[in-house]
Amino acid sequence: MDMIRRSLISAVAAAAVAFASPVSFAAERFITVSSTTSTENSGLFKHLLPVFEAKTGIQVRVVALGTGQALDMARRGDADVVFVHDKKAEEKFIAEGYGVSRQDVMYNDFVLIGPKADPAKVVGGKDITAALTAIRAAQAPFVSRGDKSGTHAAELRLWKAAGVEGDAPTGDWYRSTGSGMGAALNTASSMNAYIMADRGTWLSFKNRGDLTVVVEGDNRLFNQYGVILVNPEKHAHVKKADGQAFIDWVVSAEGQQAIAGYKIGGEQLFFPNAAK
Amino acid sequence: MSTVGESFVTAAGLVVAADPRLLDIVCLSLTVSLSAVFIASCLGLPIGAAIAVGRFPGRRTLTVVLNGLMGLPPVVVGLLVYLLLSRAGPLGALGLLFTPSAMVIAQVVLITPIIAALSRQIVADAWRDYEEQLRSLGASTPRAACTLLIDTRFSLSTAVLAGLGRAVAEVGAVMIVGGNIEGVTRVMTTSIALETSKGDLPLALALGFILIAIVLILNALAHAVREWAVRRHG
Repeated sequence: MDMIRRSLISAVAAAAVAFASPVSFAAERFITVSSTTSTENSGLFKHLLPVFEAKTGIQVRVVALGTGQALDMARRGDADVVFVHDKKAEEKFIAEGYGVSRQDVMYNDFVLIGPKADPAKVVGGKDITAALTAIRAAQAPFVSRGDKSGTHAAELRLWKAAGVEGDAPTGDWYRSTGSGMGAALNTASSMNAYIMADRGTWLSFKNRGDLTVVVEGDNRLFNQYGVILVNPEKHAHVKKADGQAFIDWVVSAEGQQAIAGYKIGGEQLFFPNAAK
Repeated sequence: MSTVGESFVTAAGLVVAADPRLLDIVCLSLTVSLSAVFIASCLGLPIGAAIAVGRFPGRRTLTVVLNGLMGLPPVVVGLLVYLLLSRAGPLGALGLLFTPSAMVIAQVVLITPIIAALSRQIVADAWRDYEEQLRSLGASTPRAACTLLIDTRFSLSTAVLAGLGRAVAEVGAVMIVGGNIEGVTRVMTTSIALETSKGDLPLALALGFILIAIVLILNALAHAVREWAVRRHG
């Protein structure tokens, strides 16, 4: 019995030590940025953040979600800065008083991805609504994000422009997956379906299978990213100074240059366009 | 080369190179899950023994509920803990969201029922065999529960390992409350989810192999300790 008690005590002591000395729960200087899967999955933050962190000593913790979810997270006060791409939703966020002000940071564009076999015969087109109309007429499989992300919002606007009534097309061919950009691309890849993606994620996506870019270059495929400081008047704990420092840096000449410098396979992913 | 073969090579390469980022991620995975298992055991073992040995109204219902809670969906647990720890939630002021502590809390909620339900069964079986004996020795109910917990400790280690397996392998809860922040809350399972979403399936699978290997090693260690203890203390 004594033996057992002793071994129990030592086990508890060992576990207590293990729990008391975990990694680093220590408070460091950091801000939390809620952003989109497109910026994270494309690898932009990995390229950008170390430069900012080295300069300022402020660690940037990115939580990558769809734009809708990222804004909701900030509404709850769980982020200091929002870095997303759905201008309408962002302006609504500010009108509701959750954000201080919005600044343009950069843009890239959406591309329509589809199987090389191209059942809807849209390859090489420049008119995105004509392509969507053709896909719908051919009832060719189409994968939608379906997750209220910026890309999803843009897709729905284009369907509307293509004459679809209601919120989204209906039918077996239209698959709403409710998932992030990469996950939706994986689905499209295995289904050989059409899908709308941001160019950054597409360029860094590795499981392409038979998919390729079928339509690009339409002005309506323009994809603007903005950055917003969460309103400290709504959430007093928002790290105003450090959050603003991050915003000031990404729109500064240095930050803009860092964005322009991010390339995959020689191709630039994001184009800085902050107002001077 | 097939994806699986490619992944084995990638996994071996990562392990041999002792990639520092991979090491950090593995360490965090283990720290979070072992902490959760420790806390959940402190809660779950006494709860299980109390329900096994105690005589109180509603005991059967409690047993059914406890067994049912073993199937708690991680995403739901994650969401509940998120709403609790969010700045707009009741415990928001603690600022725990998106920290390893939040992940520990979510895993404790997830695995305490598993450890409690399994230990209840183990202690209840032993109680059936020893009840008369313990009663005749004049042991009080709490005393009997303690004795049985110590007596069945080797069987109980399986309950604890079941909890550990669940903790280290789940992704739904830690993704929501941890946020998968690189260098802060990124663990093995969330890394695998991230690489999958980047379409880098071989790397995702390679990380999966490493995770499976770690779980196997943990179980082998636990098994060895148990064998050693059985031999030593019978």
